[in-house]
Amino acid sequence: MRTFALDFEKPLLELEEKLAQLRRSAAHHAHDGDGEHAALETELHRFERRCSKLQQEIFANLSRWQVVQLSRHPSRPYTLDYVDRLFTDWFELHGDRSFADDHALVGGFCRFDGQPVLVLGQQKGRSAKENHTKRRNFGMPRPEGYRKALRLMKLAERFNRPVICFIDTPGAYPGIDAEERGQAEAIAVCLETMAGLRVPCVSVVIGEGGSGGALAIGVANRILMLQYSWYSVISPEACAAILYRDASKGQKAAEALKVTARDAFEFGVVDELVDEAPGGAHRDPALTAENVRAALRRQLAALSHLTPEQLVEDRYQKFRKLGPIIDAGAPLAT
Amino acid sequence: MTGDPKTSGVAAWYQKVPSRKLPTPDKRARMEGLWIKCDGCEEIVFKGDVEKALSCCPKCDHHFPMGVRQRLSLVLDEGTFVEMDRGLESTDPLNFTDSKKYKDRLKASARTSGEHEAFLSGTGKIGGRDVSIGAFHFGFLGGSMGAVVGEKVTRVFERATELRVPAIVFSASGGARMQEAIFSLMQMAKSSAALARFRAVKQPYISVLLDPTTGGVAASFSFLGDVILAEPKALIGFAGPRVIEQTLRQKLPEGFQRSEFLLEHGMVDAIVPRKELRAKLAQLVELLG
Ligand SMILES: [Zn+2]
Repeated sequence: MRTFALDFEKPLLELEEKLAQLRRSAAHHAHDGDGEHAALETELHRFERRCSKLQQEIFANLSRWQVVQLSRHPSRPYTLDYVDRLFTDWFELHGDRSFADDHALVGGFCRFDGQPVLVLGQQKGRSAKENHTKRRNFGMPRPEGYRKALRLMKLAERFNRPVICFIDTPGAYPGIDAEERGQAEAIAVCLETMAGLRVPCVSVVIGEGGSGGALAIGVANRILMLQYSWYSVISPEACAAILYRDASKGQKAAEALKVTARDAFEFGVVDELVDEAPGGAHRDPALTAENVRAALRRQLAALSHLTPEQLVEDRYQKFRKLGPIIDAGAPLAT
Repeated sequence: MTGDPKTSGVAAWYQKVPSRKLPTPDKRARMEGLWIKCDGCEEIVFKGDVEKALSCCPKCDHHFPMGVRQRLSLVLDEGTFVEMDRGLESTDPLNFTDSKKYKDRLKASARTSGEHEAFLSGTGKIGGRDVSIGAFHFGFLGGSMGAVVGEKVTRVFERATELRVPAIVFSASGGARMQEAIFSLMQMAKSSAALARFRAVKQPYISVLLDPTTGGVAASFSFLGDVILAEPKALIGFAGPRVIEQTLRQKLPEGFQRSEFLLEHGMVDAIVPRKELRAKLAQLVELLG
């Protein structure tokens, strides 16, 4: 039973509810006269066509803000949902060995197509309660989360295991304790370390790619994004609070910042867009996960031919060219 | 730029790059007339005395903001600065507009700050030793980092790698530049990757944190110094204090995210008053370079 619907999903869900009623009624009348049954069948097909047409109409022209809303859908699959579906032999590892274990960023070794890999990812709680009781903190890591990621990246490098990261965070946690323990330093060290890893790294933005807190596990050879995810320097709401002094103007900011997966792909920042199930990942997590599996397979296969030196060079060149500028030449020209 | 007799020897390079040196608006307000009200002790102090004291209060040593060229001339040997990469310009890749066009903001900021961008970089000498150096200019769009700043920072590290010399960066920035969105974010990765390469030449990278150093600049090369120094009472952190206050709905403790707080929490190596900066940098370059 769905308990949450985005505004623009509602017409579709209502129509689907009617379709479900019709199906129940068709099953009930299955042994009625042929004529009646045939009429019901026709009606059923008509409804199915209407549903799929409506879905196409709604999702063909999503605004950037609607994509942001989908990326935050409470039923959307999170990191550990992909771990369940795509990997075997999962062994989660905990703690940064210096302060605590951060449940907002999970990591562990497992197998992908039988090959041992490291998986890292921000993990949101499914509800406000879960964010509290399971300490998921809405997927906003503290320094100890990033230091755990760092520790595991170094293990992956030593044992020559590819690194697969699932990015899904509104941003690193902005709190007093996080600042005291060096949030900025923790993220910075992840960036530098990941840049130099001598193993293949692939990052997938599965929901929200909020700022440095996302990038900390995003310095990869290949960056993939799910169709209805976003990635930017700041969340639309935080941007709106600064630019328009009104956090409710997130919609406007999402447009200005061009935050969607499609935008990032067109900017050349992202290497591959991964299709979600029709209507979004939450409508069919299994199908969406299979698409992710196929993309990961493809990217890891391509990277498997590179030597450790080539992997580091490949990553360097990927980021080195990001950032369009005009070079007016002469260093001292005035 | 106001002439400090102790540092005006840098005129040799300074004259090669003439540009209008108008003070930033808030600086102008404070500097109007011959007297300034100090933010630190709230005393009225003589402007000439502040200038003589490297833009510090003669009564309480409060550190006023310092222009980026004056900053470099403060720490480099006289006349050794050679500016690089001055011609880099933003392309406004998002065609960004809020209440004003980003392109117009860039032009306006260039006019009021007298600098082309929020970062000035090049080479120079400290205590006779060659260094690759760069500094943020907070007066230009809050020292924010877009593609041009990211490129210049990256080149500071690449140049240091190529020349096998120490790298020094002074940070004063509100963070990544919103108007270049995801491209600004990627500058954090680009500059940190360049730094990862620089480590191989085994020369020191000294990061000096000025008021303020926050956001994506703090969360990349600023906090990756082999040695991290800070000026007294600088605001330093990942999230800005306003964001934290709004998130937690509580007042922040006195002195939170200031240099002294960071030293106490083990996040910086030393707090260095401005008047000692040149000597301390020379000492570190000698000890590690
Ligand atoms: Zn004072």
